[in-house]
Amino acid sequence: MREVAIVAYAQTPLVRDCGARNDVELVMDVVNAVKQQTGFTNKDLDFFCSGSCDYLGGSAFAFVNALDALGAVPPIAESHVEMDAAWALYEAWLKIQTGHANTALVYGFGKCSQGDLPDVLTLQLDPYYTQPLWPDTISLAALQARALLDAGRITEEDMARVVQKSRRNAMKKSNAQLKGEYSIEQLLAQPMLTSPLRRHDCPPVTDGASAVILATREVAEKLHKRNAYITGIDHRIEAHQLGSRDLLNSSSTKIAGEGAGVKKGKVDIAELHTPFSFQELMVKAALGLDDSTVINPSGGPLAGNIMMSAGLSNFGEVAMRIIKGEANRGVAHATSGACLQQNLVAVLEGK
Amino acid sequence: MGNACAIVGIGQSERYKSKIKKSMAGLVREAALNALADAGCTWADIDAVIIGKAPDFFEGVVMPELFLADALGCVGKPMMRVHTAGSVGGSTAIVAATHIQSGVFKRVLTVAYEKQSESNAMWALSTRQPFSPHLNAGAGGFFAPIIREYKRRTGAPDDIGCKVALKDRTHALKNPHAHMHEPAENLTLENYMDSMMLWDPIRYAEVCPSSDGACAMVLCNEDLAKKSPNKPAWVLGTAMKSEPTMYPWREEVNPQAGINCAKEVYSQAGIVNPRKDLDMAEVYVPFSWYEPMWLENLGFADVGEGWKLSDSGATSLDRGGDIPWNVSGGVLSSNPIGASGMIRFAEAALQVRGMAGERQVPGCKKALGHAYGGGAQFFSMWVVGSEKR
Amino acid sequence: MSEKNIELIECPIVLNYNFSAGRAPTQFLRSMKQGKLVGQRSPLTGKVIVPPRGACPESGQPTTEEVPLPDTGTVITFTIVYLPIPTSALEPPFVVANLVLDGSDQTFIHLVSGCKNEDVQIGMRVKAVWKDKSEWDYSMDNIAYFAPTGEPNVDIVALKASRLEEARRYVKAQGEKK
Repeated sequence: MREVAIVAYAQTPLVRDCGARNDVELVMDVVNAVKQQTGFTNKDLDFFCSGSCDYLGGSAFAFVNALDALGAVPPIAESHVEMDAAWALYEAWLKIQTGHANTALVYGFGKCSQGDLPDVLTLQLDPYYTQPLWPDTISLAALQARALLDAGRITEEDMARVVQKSRRNAMKKSNAQLKGEYSIEQLLAQPMLTSPLRRHDCPPVTDGASAVILATREVAEKLHKRNAYITGIDHRIEAHQLGSRDLLNSSSTKIAGEGAGVKKGKVDIAELHTPFSFQELMVKAALGLDDSTVINPSGGPLAGNIMMSAGLSNFGEVAMRIIKGEANRGVAHATSGACLQQNLVAVLEGK
Repeated sequence: MGNACAIVGIGQSERYKSKIKKSMAGLVREAALNALADAGCTWADIDAVIIGKAPDFFEGVVMPELFLADALGCVGKPMMRVHTAGSVGGSTAIVAATHIQSGVFKRVLTVAYEKQSESNAMWALSTRQPFSPHLNAGAGGFFAPIIREYKRRTGAPDDIGCKVALKDRTHALKNPHAHMHEPAENLTLENYMDSMMLWDPIRYAEVCPSSDGACAMVLCNEDLAKKSPNKPAWVLGTAMKSEPTMYPWREEVNPQAGINCAKEVYSQAGIVNPRKDLDMAEVYVPFSWYEPMWLENLGFADVGEGWKLSDSGATSLDRGGDIPWNVSGGVLSSNPIGASGMIRFAEAALQVRGMAGERQVPGCKKALGHAYGGGAQFFSMWVVGSEKR
Repeated sequence: MSEKNIELIECPIVLNYNFSAGRAPTQFLRSMKQGKLVGQRSPLTGKVIVPPRGACPESGQPTTEEVPLPDTGTVITFTIVYLPIPTSALEPPFVVANLVLDGSDQTFIHLVSGCKNEDVQIGMRVKAVWKDKSEWDYSMDNIAYFAPTGEPNVDIVALKASRLEEARRYVKAQGEKK
């Protein structure tokens, strides 16, 4: 396996509505930022890959317009997945493994403020049996939370603690969307949104974009003294129908975590793409992490959740902390589909 | 570069149609089962599934890989969904090949599909762009002006488009999967020239149909290829190139991204003179005038001469041409948009395996699969051969 | 129990979206509301794009300098549409052309009318016919269509060459300023 490091990362400020900025303008910021961080121009980048979802902004081929932000003249080798850009990173990582590329720029974006996100995400469901009933993502997550509570796996206090930690960690991040110091009592006093979820148990709607650059060891060593290498990466999907899978356990995360070799060493930090508070506890358990791991030092998705790029951002957040020497070994996780149907897990280590 | 990658199974919908009476799950499963059968495999033998399709607006399902995981035997396995507009079928095949070439996977299933009858493809391609005049006349409206400019530059006679369409529709008669099986009395130049003008200079007869359908392939490494029941095809080269749809003074008739993509895939596959070194090509031609244009873009003919090559019969299997193009009938005879790229790639592989039945190009050893998407700005191509590199 | 198999279900989907034009297009649309066409120039390539979309696609950099443009231009290519556009009130046949405004470098599409469809040609000189001022909004629709000016046709190959030269000169001049 070729050693691949994450050598640059940029993310737009996490905001509820980025206002009069279109996809191109969002993507330009992060693509140009990572190019500047590395000093790379398109000539130095062998492959480009992105993740986005047309339906978020409401126009077919939205990702085509975003290409303007790359300066693709002369033409570039480029691909796209209609998934969180963490999967675009996976495609780029595979490409580098073939030897066809040594460097790659990966980006994702989502302008969720334009549409009604919970309704848009309802369209992810089986179009014959489930979608016509229009269950929104929040209600589906609520079903999962209820199952966990009734099984005694989690308590409402557990959920509140996840939120408290997220808001607190986000205070260290200047461009996080939701931050602050809250007590458990304050949080539990809030009314239910869709029981048993309170508003703060749900991810905010966020507009934004993020980008990373991947590079092989030879290139990475010229950029940083210490680099964050992907030492394991795996992704798995579960059955779609909620009734066909175990909602109490994130089995695909467990398999992916084993495939990525999470337990081969101490995990200092983990950025988990768990949009609903209680899901952090599920993924933590599935990966076999304990309290010695700092989870979501960036605040996580509860502090800001760029659809189609939050998973990619997690790679950047972990990598930058490793490069700075704040951690040695970390886990980056991404999810897709209602109730954690699909999960991607990677281990990054400093060298 | 990378590990060798073989194609050992190919499956398609039994027949591409404007409305296939299957659910989307049934549609992809049919193609996948056919590919698995060809490869002598079961679901359990597959390490990962790579699925591709064009905009989700075509069926009204966001990220359909999520609900199709079960139908494709993917529970507990990795699944990825590629989307590069019209070229997606090709890009998906390339991403699947990357899975094998990386050495990370041993055998994968790749599927591409479209069920455009579920929604309205013309509408999905002409959605109102906010703040712009509502003049998006679909794909035809976009490409017609470019074809007009090609005709102006080359002075090509008016009937070239119809001649190419006739050729592809004649080819289609030998392909049991093709959507359009036109009765013999329809297949005349006079009839085609008489058909309704849609977006001048594109006539109805020169336009692809709107189809439902799916195509699937099983790809594997060299060790597993040795055990496959049917002869494998080998990936000799893959390339993807993109450029912006619009930029100042963009050359739209002969896009640079297409030229560069072809150069790269030829270089990987050792193709120096495409017309001589390749035995056939499956090229994404949804509007028949694109055959002469792509003949030039892909280096089969000099700039300005593509239409002469089409006119000469060189690209016709029935006329004994030396470089048959689209013997499957091409996009002009079947167009489930998300699958069309993969159908091209699959047909090229089928041909070098010698398994194309009545439409087999004799002695086919090397073939090109080509797909393009967006405003003719996303290109994906592969060259496959009957022997490993 | 009915003997008939269920083969089809209709599932209407209605989603509402609020579109934002983006910063660069917003500037353009504000000018349009005043009846002015204003393009933006790419600092790196010197080329003028109208309507601007935020980035210069060749360089991936924001377009910055505003460039007021006349409402005259040239037909680079076109089609005659015979098939109605879904949800559009326009009755075919009508001409949709790729036009380039004088002083700019990227085509946009608009209607060409005020003449027989068959008389439209590549290289034809056209001028905007604006709707009544009272109908003006933030949209290219303020221009009803482009009509021929009657000037002789332009050689579009020569036009492209001269515009590229113009852009080169601009970039060189910028470089010398520094």
